[in-house]
Amino acid sequence: MGGTLPSTDVVIIGLGWTGAILAEQLTKAGLNVIAIERGPWRDTSTDFPTTYAQDELRYGIRLDLFQRPAQDTLTFRNNVNQTALPIRQFGSFIPGNGVGGAGVHWNGQVWRFLPSDFTARSHIEQRYGKSFLAPDVTIQDWGVTYDDLEPYYDKFDKLCGISGKAGNLKGQIQSGGNPFEGPRSNEFPTPPMRQTYAPTLFAQAASAMGYHPFPQPSANISQAYTNTLGVRMGPCSYCGFCERFGCGNYSKASAQTTVLPALFRRTNFTARTNSEVLKIELTGDGKRATGVTYADANGEVWEQPAELVLVCSFSFNCVRMLLLSNIGQPYDPASGTGVVGRNYAYQTTSGANLFFDDKVFNPFIGAGALGMVIDDFNGDNFDHGKLGFGGGASISTIITNGRPILYRPVPPGTPRWGAAWKSATRDNYQRVMPIAAQGSSYSQRGAYLDLDPTYKDPRGRPLLRMTFDFHPNDIKMSAYVTDRIGEIAQSLNPRQVVSAPRTGPYSVVPYQSTHNTGGAAMGVDPKTSVVNRYLQSWDVSNVFVLGASVFPQNAGYNPTGTVGALAFWAADAIVNQYLKNPGPLMHA
Amino acid sequence: MKKDSGRPGQSRRQVLVAGAALAASVSSVRAETFSGKLPWTPGATSAPQPIDTSTWHFFTADEAASVQALVDRLIPPDPETAGGKDSGCAAFIDGQLAGPYGSAKGLYMEGPFQAGTPQQGPQDPATPAELYRAALKSLDDYCHANFDGKAFAELEVADQDALLAGFDGGAIALDGVDAKLFFELLLQNTMEGFFSDPLYGGNRDMAGWKMIGFPGSRYDYREYVEQHNRMLDLPPVSIRSKL
Repeated sequence: MGGTLPSTDVVIIGLGWTGAILAEQLTKAGLNVIAIERGPWRDTSTDFPTTYAQDELRYGIRLDLFQRPAQDTLTFRNNVNQTALPIRQFGSFIPGNGVGGAGVHWNGQVWRFLPSDFTARSHIEQRYGKSFLAPDVTIQDWGVTYDDLEPYYDKFDKLCGISGKAGNLKGQIQSGGNPFEGPRSNEFPTPPMRQTYAPTLFAQAASAMGYHPFPQPSANISQAYTNTLGVRMGPCSYCGFCERFGCGNYSKASAQTTVLPALFRRTNFTARTNSEVLKIELTGDGKRATGVTYADANGEVWEQPAELVLVCSFSFNCVRMLLLSNIGQPYDPASGTGVVGRNYAYQTTSGANLFFDDKVFNPFIGAGALGMVIDDFNGDNFDHGKLGFGGGASISTIITNGRPILYRPVPPGTPRWGAAWKSATRDNYQRVMPIAAQGSSYSQRGAYLDLDPTYKDPRGRPLLRMTFDFHPNDIKMSAYVTDRIGEIAQSLNPRQVVSAPRTGPYSVVPYQSTHNTGGAAMGVDPKTSVVNRYLQSWDVSNVFVLGASVFPQNAGYNPTGTVGALAFWAADAIVNQYLKNPGPLMHA
Repeated sequence: MKKDSGRPGQSRRQVLVAGAALAASVSSVRAETFSGKLPWTPGATSAPQPIDTSTWHFFTADEAASVQALVDRLIPPDPETAGGKDSGCAAFIDGQLAGPYGSAKGLYMEGPFQAGTPQQGPQDPATPAELYRAALKSLDDYCHANFDGKAFAELEVADQDALLAGFDGGAIALDGVDAKLFFELLLQNTMEGFFSDPLYGGNRDMAGWKMIGFPGSRYDYREYVEQHNRMLDLPPVSIRSKL
């Protein structure tokens, strides 16, 4: 069974955020686009209706919307001297699955990286000298600047109806916004969310200490909005079921709520679900992709020829697809050569819980991006000269939820069960507020992705292997920013502050973040990047790679805003440059 | 709309009822092709099915008695709030073990299995159902041997607590089973039962939610956002009332 299907202009691997954006942009340009998605079809009315979307056990704990490890997982080790073992159940990160991808279950915190983030290495070397960074730190410039991406950030904001307050409009600092952000061409499409008690207290304390609090830019939108594709979204109801859940209110921006209703009307677009791309097929010389092969749900294998292949799945899956398809030279940490799998990075998170006797927080009134933030200790917004580390963190009180299977704060020393556990749980649930740091993650020579030599997926293909630990640079950064959190916390006079800076070794067990970046870094030098500044493969010019795998390192922010901007940026390059003259858009 | 292969004749909801798939259902696994308009099939939602708590689905009567006693020590009753037993934690665990969770469906269970570092996560080949079955048998054997032929449920509360503390701290071993591993799983599942939506058999009368003031699956707090520093005392809502 199976066989070769009629050729198409574009095949997209994975119908999540970037796949949907690229499909919309390229069908608008008149191309025939087929998206192949290994997970199921999903939509608001059928898969996360308001009647039962708010089921913590099913979605938050059993992870119903997520990638099944049985289908595909990774192996993991902290360093090359260990034997990597399979991640049998997801913990530290939880990749998405199905139409909409990770955009179904995200929190909706939308950021633009700082202008200096895009020139990370040259900026730091210029300000602090070439010997400032440890020799095994491999951070690099992105090959694009903030100014290059600004119009595309703006497109993503308008696609999603992002709620927020600008801090820098065309170079003019605005009160109430983030004064450290790069200049915006426009105000946010919708006003900021209203704040509950805990973020309000955090902002008051931060302000009193001379910092610059502002509302978290949010894709849980504050009021009804009709987007640039004519798709209508509803206002967020602060229900507290964002991260790990689909939104039943059409309030959280996702492919479903912003793109698909318009995209699916176009007859030059086709989606195939429950169909898994096995590999990208190349010509004999390996220089051109001829299409993809995929297996449908019955295991029948089909060849889908295409002129252009866009790799749009989750960051890990993009890197694995390149490795399985022999596109680009795999990275070798011993010699430091090769590029595919190089510069894997993560997110260095930490925080503190503040316990009070006399305050009531109602943590169940929440949203994935409901909160207040300071950026005073992010990126290079503060002087690192005497600190001995690079990078930083956004510091915030964001109240995503009070869902009680996972959220039951008690003071340290409380037993985990029995009468004392019960009374402490009862007494503290309403009386705790968090302050969290979302820190940058520096890429380093020893942290990388490759194919595992032992463990396979059900189709017999090697699992991806992750080798990762926190670099000392990031541990130092985390200690510093967590100390700053402690100062803000103490100024609020709680009964107790419980701080938890990030320490090593990295573990895949406790949830930290699904901001897994790198492995297919973008850049202007093929010796240190997999794709060029337009996200085009250096080796196979009709293959483009989308998503956070192209980040050369990760900043102290959620990645999706930058992922969205890069998707529009790459789409523009394909439509306005590549189609006119198919071939490499840059020469090494 | 073009369709290479339609959804199965049964709706997913019907399949779920027939198969008692409970949570973590895997949606229809037919490859489908969509073009020209949004795919939508009436009645295709996979709504959860409330568990029938009038009978045990996984546990034997003896196992059920032990688990009732175990969960009632992990969450003991007090004058304000029911304990693990009366709040249905055992029924919850029973339903979970009888379903896809119990058989580790969806997890990566391929070998080779070998012990790793704590940072590499669980590497045990046993499914939750297998671990419970083996551990409850060993617990029974242990209690019979050390407490004059009594079962765990027949012990004094102080002895039950001492045993649990021994498993928790690793001081007491069970034959053929990692007692600490079992304790951790039991504690996790008990808390899931006490705080999950009542449709899964636990959190009976929403006791766990009322204890802490969690209003459950309410979906709209817009009018309360700016009511700062105030107990709202909102009665909790279960998904069960909305299906």
